[in-house]
Amino acid sequence: MATVRIAVASGKGGTGKTTVAASLAWVWDAPVVAADLDVEEPNLHLFLRPRITGRRTATLEVPEADESLCTACGACAELCQFKAISLLGEVLLTFPEMCHGCGGCLAVCPAGALSAGRRELGEVIWGAAGEIGFVMGRLRVGEAMSPPLMRAVHRRLEEMLARRPADVIVDAPPGVSCPALAAVAGADLILMITEPTPFGLYDLRLAHQAFSSLGVPLAVVVNRAGLGERGVYEFCREEGLPILAEIPYHRRLAETYCQGRPVAAAGGEVQGWFQELARRARELAAGEQEEAAHA
Amino acid sequence: MPEAREVLVISGKGGTGKTSLTAAFAHLAGDAVVCDLDVDAPDLHLLLAPRPWRTEDFYSGHEAVIDPAACSGCGTCAQMCRYDAVVVQDDVFRVEPLACEGCKVCVEFCPEGAIAFPERHCGRWYLSQSRFGPMVHAQLFAGAENSGRLVTLLRQQARQLAQEQGRELILCDGTPGIGCPVISSLSGVDLAVVVTEPTPSGRHDLERVVELCRHFRVPAAVMVNKFDLSQEHTRGIEHFCAAQGLELVARLPFDPVVVEAMVAGRTVTEQAPHSALAQEVVRAWGRICELARLRRAA
Repeated sequence: MATVRIAVASGKGGTGKTTVAASLAWVWDAPVVAADLDVEEPNLHLFLRPRITGRRTATLEVPEADESLCTACGACAELCQFKAISLLGEVLLTFPEMCHGCGGCLAVCPAGALSAGRRELGEVIWGAAGEIGFVMGRLRVGEAMSPPLMRAVHRRLEEMLARRPADVIVDAPPGVSCPALAAVAGADLILMITEPTPFGLYDLRLAHQAFSSLGVPLAVVVNRAGLGERGVYEFCREEGLPILAEIPYHRRLAETYCQGRPVAAAGGEVQGWFQELARRARELAAGEQEEAAHA
Repeated sequence: MPEAREVLVISGKGGTGKTSLTAAFAHLAGDAVVCDLDVDAPDLHLLLAPRPWRTEDFYSGHEAVIDPAACSGCGTCAQMCRYDAVVVQDDVFRVEPLACEGCKVCVEFCPEGAIAFPERHCGRWYLSQSRFGPMVHAQLFAGAENSGRLVTLLRQQARQLAQEQGRELILCDGTPGIGCPVISSLSGVDLAVVVTEPTPSGRHDLERVVELCRHFRVPAAVMVNKFDLSQEHTRGIEHFCAAQGLELVARLPFDPVVVEAMVAGRTVTEQAPHSALAQEVVRAWGRICELARLRRAA
């Protein structure tokens, strides 16, 4: 059976992405890696409690100037789109925290006055929670850019999959801007988690808009079902978005969550919901791959 | 006229109640300039019903566009792009807009000069009249970046409005996380109000966002929302605040009235002014005004 990759995302924060990702991984009945790509506020490890077996610092290439070689021609400053390098009179100034690591200044310098330095982005951390493979990124506090660290997490994920093929469950950051899109890249299915409230609906619309251009099947999980209003359900019907699961607001689930366990671990019918969600998610994701193979 | 004070509501973790609380504060303040800095997934307008009187396009940076007629297919762009944004399909080179960082490297090094570099239209921003006074807000297009620049622009607009209209408070609703947009919203504010919840994620994210405030030397105060969900985590948060010298300005009970108010398009202080929750919000707002050294507390 081919492996599948499922991204768990949402427009609005706090709708239950991590709850769903942790529980999906927990009930998954095949080799699986859980990848936390919410590198600004990673939380998946709090629920899966993996044993950490490795970590590495991720860095971004930034320019370092050798003033003795600089001819003050200004080519680097002219090319840089991010105000990370500028010429003040004859003096070259670099602002490494502004740099996006494009490498343009190093390539354009005719005097060889710039060399590759490093800015620390954060850490890539991996391990396993029982049978579940695990990888996460943790952005350095004060670092503004998460996509380059997310790329480093993706690279580590690919290394893990090369050694042991597995399905992947990605916990994405909230929102629909560049970090969220970087997280769902390469997924066979995007699960959008929402709640039946006006905020949940508005942000689900945004997520649908952002993700529908990616050509990947989309599906919805309604969390805290029973709260609020019906707008989310009407929207899903109009847009033909399948609702794969409804998780009611329930004291016992909230308590399990507070204990730092996957809510599926509450057992009984809760575990059953997530098993059913896993089955339907795999079906949709695998269907996507089949279609791609026939195309 | 002295400069207006700026109060920012953030959380680290999403969904802790930032926007519902900001809306209630806007109601209690009555005459603040309100600013929704969550330009990615903004929700504050759903409670404040702003009517825009000025709408502007937001352009930020540029994007590379390859002219297939001028392209010789040499592959220099694909080799040099650090973002894997150049894709080749049936021998045709194309830049994937979502992956393009706008760095101009391919434009500079294309031997055929075949790559254009137009400005990138990233979203829209608005100056509006809301139910509680002037409001500055925006909507970034899906997948767009540079939200940090848009956040900075909104804050400038808010300061200008406050100056023109002689208002002494700017109240900002922030973004989840600790990255680019949060950093742009944080610099130079008078007080960051961090809303958290008594869960493992809430605690973990609180610690990181407090560290960020410290990094940028912004004074912070903490509110625990739904504190009755877990005694244990609420105590943990209290200990953390005490150890960090942070004031815990409110412990808000879980109350379904938050969702009821949201469905009604109102703030909790309008929907249920006599509820224990609303009373605690009023008390917290008074204290926040003192901490931000606003001359007139609500």
